[in-house]
Amino acid sequence: MIVLENVSKSYSTGAPAIKDISLKIDDGEFVFIVGNSGSGKSTLIKLLLKELEPSTGSIEVNGKNLKNIRRKKIAEYRRGIGVVFQDFRLLKDRNVYENVAFAQRVVETPHKIIRRRVPAMLALVGLAEKYRSYPKELSGGEQQRVAMARALVNDPAMLLADEPTGNLDPSNSWEIMKLLEEINNRGTTVVVVTHNREIVEAMNKRVITMHKGVILSDEKKGEYSYENQYSGI
Amino acid sequence: MKISTVAYSCGQGIKNIKRNKLFSLASVGTITACIFLIGLFYIIIANFQYLVKEAEDSVCITVFFDEDIKENRIEEIGELIRKRVEVSEVKYTSGDEAWEEYKNTYFAEDPELAEGFKDDNPLAGSSHYEIYLNDLKMQNAFVTYLKTISGIRKVNFSESTASTLTDFAKMVGYVSIVIIVILFAVGIFLISNTVMIGITVRKEEIRIMKLIGATDVFVRLPFIIEGIVIGLIGAVLPIMALILIYQKIVVYIMTQFQSFTNLVSFISARQIFSVVVPMALLIGAGIGFIGSMITVRKHLRV
Repeated sequence: MIVLENVSKSYSTGAPAIKDISLKIDDGEFVFIVGNSGSGKSTLIKLLLKELEPSTGSIEVNGKNLKNIRRKKIAEYRRGIGVVFQDFRLLKDRNVYENVAFAQRVVETPHKIIRRRVPAMLALVGLAEKYRSYPKELSGGEQQRVAMARALVNDPAMLLADEPTGNLDPSNSWEIMKLLEEINNRGTTVVVVTHNREIVEAMNKRVITMHKGVILSDEKKGEYSYENQYSGI
Repeated sequence: MKISTVAYSCGQGIKNIKRNKLFSLASVGTITACIFLIGLFYIIIANFQYLVKEAEDSVCITVFFDEDIKENRIEEIGELIRKRVEVSEVKYTSGDEAWEEYKNTYFAEDPELAEGFKDDNPLAGSSHYEIYLNDLKMQNAFVTYLKTISGIRKVNFSESTASTLTDFAKMVGYVSIVIIVILFAVGIFLISNTVMIGITVRKEEIRIMKLIGATDVFVRLPFIIEGIVIGLIGAVLPIMALILIYQKIVVYIMTQFQSFTNLVSFISARQIFSVVVPMALLIGAGIGFIGSMITVRKHLRV
């Protein structure tokens, strides 16, 4: 479960990126966070990853207050979260297998399990055949699927996706969304930051809309309509 | 950390060298140049100090005895001198030996001239001890002590030679320390810059590792292994070059300047490289370790 209470984040220069946000995301939920550029969506993901510290307020993930996690324990905390980025962030000098296996090596998984688990994850994202390819040999969609396999290989309780379809064409974007839904159906909490209105509308999930650092609306499954959200801005 | 993880990190460190060929080459080149200079300078200084030491060792104090002294008193004085810690060697020359040596040196071509002194050794009263000290700095104090021993008529020594050599050795020591420290500092600066650039271009890689949940040690270890291996490669090359150059130069000087070699001698390659090799390897590995450790730390705060 993710609980944010009165969270604000200000950078040393400029206006606050997030202003007094409170929200709660239950285990197993699929939530979209939408908004224009500068709305604070990516800052929210960074706060959840403990890449940034909130200026005020508290963030709790699975019962742990992030403020109380010491620097040395951040790695352990992050291992419970799968993360997918817009620009895939694969290790360019390693092949598909090694990129996925890397997440397991980080948590010191025995080789035997890595050899079994990585092919299974690659099969899940439809890339079993391409395990020896390097990122530059893959399409954007394929790279993102590798990133998802890497995010999921340690079986995290939560998956954070920051604009996962931002660099993809519509067809690949839909494939990624289907995958995310499948992952969510297996019980993983999925939080997706996006500004792809079509996808958000079609997916029919809970949608939190942000604008200039505040939550504009938080709509349950089936309530979201882009036209409604932005009519008042 | 599990042994398999350490093995994986070591493997990654080696692979990183191949993956980043250009920066690896630049780092190896910089380390090679710096260690070559440090090694070369050390060899020059060490040989210089060896020469000074040799000159110091050849300086001796000569002790002459009272004319009516008995043989057993000369032996007692010899025992007293030999017991002193500052003494490295004592040589006794009797009056007859002194005359024999004098004859061989000055009357070698006209031995008949020496015949006139056959039964009347003109150097009969010149039996003496030649005393060599461990450290010339102790000469003055030791001469003062010698003058207190009864039976000693005269103590010959060269105060200026001793003090000049001592001062010279001191000066060479100071200058060499200063130059080696400067070379070392410049070396660390150049190498850490090269290593830093190599690591900075990979800061995104470090960031990804950290966001996936890698610990600092896990991220750092391959970089440290990489730094140490680069440092060791960078040390081996100048070691080989220095060994080759040193042997060639010594042989060249010994064969081409034979008269010169009567005055000058070199430290053996085995002796000097027993210091240079571990020193260079330690500097190489140390610089690689420190350079990568410091640079990676900058990028770990993700």
